[in-house]
Amino acid sequence: MNRSSGTKKKKNRLPVLAQAGPVSVWMILFVTLPLLFIIYVSFMTRGTFGGIEYTFSTESYRTILDPMYFSVILKSLKVAAVTTILCLLFGYPLAYFIARKPPETASKLIMLLMIPFWTNGMMRLNAWMLFFQVNGPVNYVLTHLGIVEKPVMFLYTDWLVNIGLFTNMLPFAVLPMYSSIEKLQKSLLEASSDLGADPVRTFLKVTLPLTFPGIFSAIILTFIPALGTYTVTDMLGGGKVLYIGNIIKNQFGTIRNWPLGAALSVLLLVITALLIFIYSRFAGIEDMEVV
Amino acid sequence: MSETIVTLQHVDKWYGDNHVVKDMNLEIAEGEFLTLLGPSGCGKTTTLRMIAGFENATEGTILVQGERVEDKEPYQRDVNTVFQNYSLFPHMTVYDNVAYGPSIKKVPKNEIRRQVREMLELVQMSGYEKRKPDELSGGQKQRVAIARALINRPRVLLLDEPLGALDLKLRKQMQFELKRLQKKLGITFVYVTHDQEEAMTMSDRIAVMKDGVIEQIDRPSVIYQRPKTRFVADFIGESNIFAGTVAEAADGLLRIRTPGGLVTAKAEGCRKDDEVYVSVRPESLNVSFEPKEGFSFRAVVTDSVYMGTLTKVLLQAEDGQEIKFSRFEETEGLSEGTEVWLYWNPEKAVVIPAGEAREG
Ligand SMILES: Nc1ncnc2c1ncn2[C@@H]1O[C@H](COP(=O)(O)OP(=O)(O)O)[C@@H](O)[C@H]1O
Ligand SMILES: [Mg+2]
Repeated sequence: MNRSSGTKKKKNRLPVLAQAGPVSVWMILFVTLPLLFIIYVSFMTRGTFGGIEYTFSTESYRTILDPMYFSVILKSLKVAAVTTILCLLFGYPLAYFIARKPPETASKLIMLLMIPFWTNGMMRLNAWMLFFQVNGPVNYVLTHLGIVEKPVMFLYTDWLVNIGLFTNMLPFAVLPMYSSIEKLQKSLLEASSDLGADPVRTFLKVTLPLTFPGIFSAIILTFIPALGTYTVTDMLGGGKVLYIGNIIKNQFGTIRNWPLGAALSVLLLVITALLIFIYSRFAGIEDMEVV
Repeated sequence: MSETIVTLQHVDKWYGDNHVVKDMNLEIAEGEFLTLLGPSGCGKTTTLRMIAGFENATEGTILVQGERVEDKEPYQRDVNTVFQNYSLFPHMTVYDNVAYGPSIKKVPKNEIRRQVREMLELVQMSGYEKRKPDELSGGQKQRVAIARALINRPRVLLLDEPLGALDLKLRKQMQFELKRLQKKLGITFVYVTHDQEEAMTMSDRIAVMKDGVIEQIDRPSVIYQRPKTRFVADFIGESNIFAGTVAEAADGLLRIRTPGGLVTAKAEGCRKDDEVYVSVRPESLNVSFEPKEGFSFRAVVTDSVYMGTLTKVLLQAEDGQEIKFSRFEETEGLSEGTEVWLYWNPEKAVVIPAGEAREG
């Protein structure tokens, strides 16, 4: 039962980083160095014909604060947040359900959950679009059942983008939460019940805090990609509604404003770092018994 | 004896095809220290978990304080458990672990603080309030687990091999302390162990279990001196068990023919030609250099070990059976290869009918 006892001491503070421990060399080579380069580029000047001119400038960052960009950033944050909340709300019970099954059944269910991800992402999104288009099956059912009078324009709405992101991200939310819940010793729940706590209190005082590392991993694993994605938003949003991910992609692609793209990437990075910081503070507070 | 607090009536437990507890009947008295003793896998934990309400009996009734266990959830009852693996909440401090029960019951903060202090004092863990379970040794975790259960002042405390993970010295010390606590608080203890010595030193009564059946339930001294089944004789302490046939029975004195020779034992209710086991403790055995009245059982010394306070001598009977003999003084003239005659006080031997050995 005590599989993780080796990393226990550190786990209290930064479980996410501790879990990444073995791959840290890899991380430095392929994550940290490119990252530093991005930060470097974000402080350069845009070349006249695109690309980078190597003189220091904070222009990209000033551009971000422009109301036009800023509202896109806010909207992206909102969509990512909604996606994350949906993933947690549906993912946690699902993860709990799977974790309480016998191991063979559980691994089969996990497989089922992952199967869509063995298909090509573009194909999946195209299928979604066919599914939801004006003369697609969803509208067919809705109009024939008389639920709506006219076919609904699902495509290219925030709503569909949210649903698309949610289904895309759900497995990545379920997996870390599943592994947290699966590790939870059943005898701790029994101990809680034995000491007089009803199931709701047991959940709030034992299950939830002990599976929090999994929940946090799920937040990171859904919020960050949801914030940075451009395939889902490009296709389901039809490029009509702009998100931060699309803008970054366009800076590096058609628009060729690399420093601005880099600066926006750095912004995503800062948000991620902020999340991790909040989490470590939270774990720290718990250590000091305020909670 | 005082009032019954836990009752098991014809309790059966099946896990699939595995019949783990078989038609168990048991009455536990208020304030009693009752031990379920038996080898690993005999169903002790299962029995305890059924009393705790974590597991439902397949058949039969379990009453705690006169109420059926199935009718109440574990969190609604006056029973607490000390788990085999401690099961302390890893994300809480020692203080929060111990305070868990009363804080769930909405006891005022000041009162909780007072109770926790008192409990930690009782288990000698004052000053460890701010530690996390991770930062405690096995023995300390054990004490916290006990404090966490006792703070609720349960009528019955269930303990599942609570000292199993501790080293010998600490185990001895904790045995003593647990017994002291139990007496002081007057709580009924239902204690599970596979260590017969532990059961002997702590219990008011021992229920010896084998394959889901209670073979014998009685005071430790009776279990030791008057084992009812061959299994109990074998499992509790050391014993020499001779299988044989009654050759002659008169006035409760039996002459029994065993493969190693003729022996004598005292028992009521046995007749000529009955198949029996004769159980004799190593310390009840005597050796002599000439045959004694009623015995003609020869053996050869194969080994002799002086163990500080005790001398253990191993002998071999003519049919090859190994025989254990022990004395608190040094034994003279029992070097390897010495031939001796065995005998004993017929009252010190226990006769177990072979046919009934399984029923208890
Ligand atoms: N949850 C369970 N599911 C299936 N079999 C079990 C379960 N718990 C215990 N058993 C089986 O029941 C038997 C008795 O187990 P247990 O009560 O734990 O024994 P003990 O505590 O005396 O060592 C064992 O054969 C064990 O494999
Ligand atoms: Mg057990």
